[in-house]
Amino acid sequence: MKQFTKRIFGILFKSKENIKLGFYGPPNAGKTSLANRICKDWTGEELGIVSNVPHETRNVQFKEKVEIEYKGKKVVLKIVDTPGIATKIDYEDFLKFGLKRSEAKKRAKEATQGIIDSIKWLDDMDAVVVVLDAAENPYSQVNITIIGNLVARKIPVLIVANKIDLKKADVKKIEAAFPEYDVVGISAKDGVNMEEFYESIVRLSKKV
Amino acid sequence: MNTKRDKKLHGLSLHVMPFSEVKGMSISERVRKILSLIMGNKIIILHGRLRPEEEARLIEDTMVMVDHVKNFKGIELAVIEPDMRKENFMVKMKHELARRLIGDSATITVVGPASVIKEIKKDPKKLELLLD
Repeated sequence: MKQFTKRIFGILFKSKENIKLGFYGPPNAGKTSLANRICKDWTGEELGIVSNVPHETRNVQFKEKVEIEYKGKKVVLKIVDTPGIATKIDYEDFLKFGLKRSEAKKRAKEATQGIIDSIKWLDDMDAVVVVLDAAENPYSQVNITIIGNLVARKIPVLIVANKIDLKKADVKKIEAAFPEYDVVGISAKDGVNMEEFYESIVRLSKKV
Repeated sequence: MNTKRDKKLHGLSLHVMPFSEVKGMSISERVRKILSLIMGNKIIILHGRLRPEEEARLIEDTMVMVDHVKNFKGIELAVIEPDMRKENFMVKMKHELARRLIGDSATITVVGPASVIKEIKKDPKKLELLLD
């Protein structure tokens, strides 16, 4: 009964003031860089550590009450940065980045748990930003699986084509792969095209 | 002359699976069947595709296996399906009708152990398997 009342109250008084906005995507696409950029822009503090070694983020990380404003419209977000989703983890891949064998094995173990957590968290999101590397092939099954799961759960999606600062970046290829969705090309690292991104976030929040 | 590479390819095994083989199964049973074949170093070619939630479950269970089974590195997974976006209404309707009557036979799912398949390169029209 208590749960039921809580749920009804949740539905009746659900404000757009605490939208859980998840950041999903494959490893090394720049999810944490983007989450950091947003948090830095609007709260002055970053969220997590960024590195070029895949699976740097191995735990789900949060930032509460991030207020974004675009042309007078405000949304308050709970930023949820998730570990990158992959179908394989090989500790030997981390050795190439100079990690010791024991560190690499530990990282691999944590990364597998991180992927499981990311998938479990899908059910809790109000809206999701799928962060893709604009210099990589967008047709990877992981990208399609993530977006397919969001659609199945009726969770609004925004696709970000990150790393447009790279020569190989091709936003049009991502748009062609996912024509049904809004795609915004940005560079989270350099802060390029963030205005358009924030506009898209405000638009996305209206779908929640 | 038998090189190391020849020996590896010699052991390559494909398992062609009609969708009817997994049709009546629950998500857990399907994922378990797929993973048990993969653990036997088989590449599965499934006629049809898994639902998004089944793909997510497959990834979750794969990660549990990576954690618990020595030398298991995970899977490579790809789905190839006809691109219907540019087709006209009649073609789309025929395809949908066929899909409902005989199952999604135009779609193929390839899934195999990451230790055997190094990479699956995919674009909308072709699938390329790079073997390790």
